[in-house]
Order: sequence, then C-alpha cells, then structure tokens
Amino acid sequence: MDLAFTEDEEGFRHRLRAWLADVLPTLPDRPHPADWPGRRAYDCGWQRMLHDAGYAGLHWPEDAGGQGATPTQHLIFLEETERAGAPYVGAGFVGLLHAGPTIAAEGTPEQRARWLPPILRGDEVWCQGFSEPDAGSDLASLRTRAVRDGDTYVVSGSKIWTSHAEIADWCELLVRTAPVNADTPKHRGITWLALPMDAPGVTVRSLRTLAGTAEFAEVFLDEVRVPVGHRVGEENDGWRVTMVTLSFERGTAFVGEVVACRRVLEALARTAKANGRWDDAVLRRRLGRLAAECAALWRLTQWNVSEAQRTGGVPGVGGSVFKLRFSQVRQELYEAAAEVLGPDALDAGQEWVADRLSSLSYTIAAGTSQIQRNIVAERILGLPKGR
Amino acid sequence: MDFQLTDDQRALRAGMRELLERRFPRTRLRAVVDGDAERGAELDRALWRELGAAGLFALRVPESAGGVGLGLPEAVLAFEEAGRALLPGPLVATELAAGLSGLWAAVGAVPGSSQAGLSGLAAGAVQGETVVTALDVEGARAPVEHLVSADAVLALGPVAVELIPAAEVACAAEPMRSVDPATPLHRTGPIRTRRDQAGPGRSGIAARLRREAALLTAAQQLGSASRTVELAVDHAKRRTQFGRPIGAFQAVQHLCAQMLVRAESSRSVVYAAAVTEDPGDIAAAKLLADEAAVHNARDCLQVHGGMGFTWEADVHLHLKRAWVRAGQWQCAAAAEEELAAGLVSTVERCL
Ligand SMILES: Cc1cc2nc3c(=O)[nH]c(=O)nc-3n(C[C@H](O)[C@H](O)[C@H](O)COP(=O)(O)OP(=O)(O)OC[C@H]3O[C@@H](n4cnc5c(N)ncnc54)[C@H](O)[C@@H]3O)c2cc1C
Repeated sequence: MDLAFTEDEEGFRHRLRAWLADVLPTLPDRPHPADWPGRRAYDCGWQRMLHDAGYAGLHWPEDAGGQGATPTQHLIFLEETERAGAPYVGAGFVGLLHAGPTIAAEGTPEQRARWLPPILRGDEVWCQGFSEPDAGSDLASLRTRAVRDGDTYVVSGSKIWTSHAEIADWCELLVRTAPVNADTPKHRGITWLALPMDAPGVTVRSLRTLAGTAEFAEVFLDEVRVPVGHRVGEENDGWRVTMVTLSFERGTAFVGEVVACRRVLEALARTAKANGRWDDAVLRRRLGRLAAECAALWRLTQWNVSEAQRTGGVPGVGGSVFKLRFSQVRQELYEAAAEVLGPDALDAGQEWVADRLSSLSYTIAAGTSQIQRNIVAERILGLPKGR
Repeated sequence: MDFQLTDDQRALRAGMRELLERRFPRTRLRAVVDGDAERGAELDRALWRELGAAGLFALRVPESAGGVGLGLPEAVLAFEEAGRALLPGPLVATELAAGLSGLWAAVGAVPGSSQAGLSGLAAGAVQGETVVTALDVEGARAPVEHLVSADAVLALGPVAVELIPAAEVACAAEPMRSVDPATPLHRTGPIRTRRDQAGPGRSGIAARLRREAALLTAAQQLGSASRTVELAVDHAKRRTQFGRPIGAFQAVQHLCAQMLVRAESSRSVVYAAAVTEDPGDIAAAKLLADEAAVHNARDCLQVHGGMGFTWEADVHLHLKRAWVRAGQWQCAAAAEEELAAGLVSTVERCL
C-alpha cells in the first residue's frame, strides 16, 4: 500500500496546476442554468481549452485520440480541476464518459474517426437515451422499436429523463430490434444506435426538475430513419455494449464531487463558527462524522482507482459500493447544511440550496440505490437471484 | 500511488489467518465462552507464546531488537485477522509494550523500578512471554481488560507512559461482570501516572501510543465487521423459507449489501490511516470501524433470525466484543470532536 505519488505523477500535477492558474481567470462568467445555448457554448469552450492544452480524453486510449493517462493521473486531473474550481464536465459528460469510451471499445475504425475527435474537441455534444417511461430500473424491458428497412433502421418510441437532450447533437440510443418471446429473452433483442438529434421525427420536450430547472427532457421518436452504419456493435447485442457503457459511468464519474464534498463540509464548519452554531456539540459532532465519511469516500476512490490500474483500467465492482455510500453521504451533507444555516435553508436564491436539491437525484440517477444493492448482493456477495 | 496490498502484505494476512484457524479455531473460541466463568477469564498462555513466536507482537519491532521490522500497515493486517477470529486478550497493549523495548530511552525509567526490569517486561512482550494490558489514565472511563491474566499494565497519562506491575493496579480494581464473556473487565479507581508533567500532549509518546492503539483496535473492528458479512451471507444462502433461500429476498439482500458497504468503507480508511498515521485519518478509521463492527453484528443477528438470538450462534460474541472495543481508546465522541476540529483548523486542506 503506497499513497505517495510518483515523481511523474507529481510532475503532472504541477504542470496541470500551473496551467489551471493561467487559464481559469480568462474564462467567461458561468451562464444561467436556464440559458441552454449559453451553457452549451460554455461547456464546449472549456472542453476546447482542455483539448488544445493536451488534456482532452486523458483516460482514453491513445489510438482513440486520448492521452492514454493512467487511472492515477486521471484521478489527479479530476482532483486538481475540482480543487481549482474549474468548470464541471457538464454537457460533455455523456460523450466523454459514456458514448466515447463505448465507441472507442466497440466501434469500427470509421465510427471512431467520425465520432471521437469532435467529442474530444468539444464540437459535438451527446446525450443518453436509455430510460423510457416504462423502462427505468428494468432497462431491458425497453420498447422503442427499430425496424430494418434496407440500410436504415426506422425508429419509433419515446425516451425519458434524457439529460442535456436540448443541446445534444447525438444520442446513444437503445432500441429493440427483436420482439420478446420464448427464444429471445428481453435483454437479447436490444441494439445500440447513434441517433442524430436533428433527424426528422425527433421531438424534444423539456421536463422541469424539482429544482425548477430544465435538466432533462422527453424525446419522442416518430419513424426516425437511422443509417445501419450508425449501429455500434452487432444487431441484438446492444445489452452487452450497454454494460460496457455503464461500467465507464461508475468508474471515476464522481471523483470531482468527492473533493467537493470535503470543500462544502469545510465551508459549512466555517459558517457554523461564524454564526455560533458551532457551540452546539451535537451539530459539531455530526459535522465531524461527515468528515470521516468524506475521508472514506476519498480512500474508497483511491482504492478503486488503484485496483483499476492494476487490472488494466477496467472499473471494478467497487463502483457500486462507492456509489451507495456516496449518494447517501452527499444527501446527509446537505441535511447538515440546512441545520447549520437555519432559515437560510429555505432561501432558494442561495447557491447551495440548488446543490441540496440536486443531491436528491443521486440515489436515483445512474441506477437507484435499491438496484445498486441488488447488484452488490447478487454479483459481489453471490446471493441467489432476487425476488 | 498504488493503494492495494503488496504481495508480501497479502502473504502476511494469509499466514495470520491460517495460524489462527489452526491455533484458535471456533472450538477454542467456544471453549472460552462456554467454559465456567473462572476458567474462561484466564488467558491461554501457550497460545499467547505461540502468537509471540509467530511474530504478532514483534511486527513493528526493529530487526536489531529481535523484531520483524515491518510497519503499521502490516500490524493492521494482522490485527484485522485477530478481530476476524475474535481472538481474546489484550493484544493491542501487548503490541504497544513490545514496541517500547526499542523506544526505552525515549520513555525513561519509572521511579522505584529498575530500567532493566522494565526492558525485560517489554522484551517479554515481544516474545509473548509477558501479557500486558492497558489503562488510559486520561480517558479513565474504559475498564481494564484481562487484568488478572496480565503481568503488567501499560498506563498512559496525559504525557507520560509507564509500565506498572499488574498486581499493583489489581489491588485497587473491582471486577465487573463483563458483557463479553471472552473479555474480563475491571473498573479501576483514579490512578495518576507518577511522572506526568505538562508538555506537548499531541506530539508526545503517550499521544502517539494512543493513536496507534486506536488504529489497531479499529483494525480488529474491521476484521469483525468483515467476518459478520461472511456469516450473514453464508446463512442467507443456506437457510430456506417460503421454498427458497432467504438470500433471494431483497430485504435480506439489502441488509447484506449495506453490511458490505460499511465494511469496505471502513477498510479504506483503516488502511489509509495505517499508511499516513495522520491523527484525522485515525479518528475517521476508529469511528467508521466501530460503527461497521457494531452495526454489521446487529444486521447479522437479524439475518440469523431466532438463531441469531441464541448463545450458540457466534453473532452475539462479535457484537459484544465490538461494544467493548468501541469503548476503548478513541470513542465516538472524541473521534468526532477531533474530526470537527480538523475541519476548521486548516484553511484549505487536502482530502
Ligand atoms: C437527474 C436525472 C438524470 C437522468 N439522466 C438520464 C439520462 O440522461 N439518460 C437516461 O437514459 N436516463 C436518465 N435518468 C434516468 C434514471 O436512470 C432512472 O430514473 C433510474 O434508472 C430509475 O428508473 P425510473 O425512474 O424508471 O424508476 P423506477 O424504475 O420506476 O423505480 C421507482 C422505484 O422503485 C424501485 N425499484 C424498481 N425496481 C426495483 C427492484 N427490482 N428492486 C427494488 N426496487 C426497485 C426503485 O429503486 C425506485 O425507488 C436520469 C434520472 C435522473 C433523476
């Protein structure tokens, strides 16, 4: 066990730190959450800066246009950018963490050449069209149909909770290409397609979140024609491709937010000192306990990253363990914040109140806590298939 | 950075597990807790010597002083196994006393006793010849474990550290009916270490030993917390109700999954604290490992149903030992206060 960083890793950290110190002051102000075009421009602009400085796709393999960095370097990158207050990956999330790695792993040379460079340059934005009104946790029961017509698929159905659909150019879309019956179990007839969001027949209807913002949308697909060449992986093999995608999502997706948890907690403690709440031993001890939780999240992250590094970059099962703890701690943190801030907790104008609201999605999005517990019980602990 | 066990560390852990399976199998544990109260209270000296011979107490003692010359991470792995097996005895205090043999100059002699005699005690601890228990004078509330079996008491004052002959402490101590049948406990009256003076409390040797004690105790809690996950999962796979193994019921699955999350979260901080030796990391380790051991034992009991409530199942032994350990060294309130202080003492601190 060695928590020290190598000279190379430290060198990387220092170069990155210096670069961040140079460029962050030159960034424009963050756009208002309701300003979709502004958000797209801001997130893509930041990605372009990363690209030009050689930090785009850090953890992607070099033959996919990435930097081939080690998981540890990627960890350092996420830690340093968060600590410096750099922009969040934002609209680039699905392209950089999901669709891109999936295309890199499963796509043809033409597909890689077509889709990967614009993701890295921040020219194109992707969204994730997995969930449907009747297929959330039970993703394999999705019903959006794709019928083959010559060299195109004709797609009809609808998707829901699609984050960033308003500003996306492409959607990683799961469709049903074989009906469910006795010989075709439901997860066998699924195919992974790249859907151009501007294709005729695609309608996006914004949904308002409980925070009052429009983070995600419904996507209606009415006989949308998608070229067969946009299929990644084999027909009816989309479930396996999807599992590849999801393993990327649970890898290092939350590193920045773990750093943020500790920063929020420190800020909270300073606030409590300033407003007198610190004298309340019960509250103080609660914050102390959260500090232990933050430490555990960070160490679990380092553990998982080290494991991935040893096993060749494949995110391990530790991801579900981490996500369960993380989503709970993140919510507890904001409950404690409300106690420190008292009446201010009811002022939706406060920036942290928006974070408090958004923390409520953590036990739902990317697999609910219940589903994560099923995964831990069945796949890690080897308990019998659940009921 | 490579936050994974080295091959040597894995081998050490496997060796310790194998030794304990051979020398302290479940039947031994049951003999200790099912025997009559008097005999149960006695420590198995032969086993203690064997543990000493296997190097359990000497892991951190320099090779020049007859030890193995390893570090805190290795000691933590060994103590994790001890916790897993519910090995009874004042393991932590004896390990700390063994470490004093190399540090003797720093600690200094105790008035009225010869330095040679004390060095002898410490050297005996290295080999498992002497049994040393501990008394935290500052904490004062934790009872002394295994006092009757002990040769010496490691007394930690605010600053100073002393080895006191056990008989001297025993004459002013009162036996308790310990909740843990394998850990006899004594209440002691107010004791003052002889050489205490004001000084740099946090940097002194007493403070260091306290932190190491907290960490090694946390390591045992971690071992117990992992063991109860195994016990619960085994039972959930074997026990059938409504025509299927109870482990197929989601309510049971989710209890088991949360147990694993607790155990693995505490593992990550316990191991990290062993590497950094940072007071904040150690406080987090003790806090989370105590919580994992106590709550996992309770959930394990639940998964066992009525069987869990019997003397026959081992679950209650894990719970009771976890309670004892949670009250030793840095208990929850102290750990939380330490961590809270860490939040405001630094302007911008690394995670
Ligand atoms: C902020 C946010 C952003 C999102 N972004 C996207 C996106 O970009 N693209 C996308 O495809 N999806 C996205 N999602 C959807 C998300 O993946 C789903 O909401 C999630 O998987 C749950 O599915 P559901 O909403 O249909 O809930 P349901 O599956 O209906 O679940 C409802 C409740 O039932 C429980 N439940 C369901 N099945 C089981 C079971 N087998 N055992 C125990 N409990 C069960 C769940 O845990 C939950 O508590 C997003 C969601 C949120 C909140």
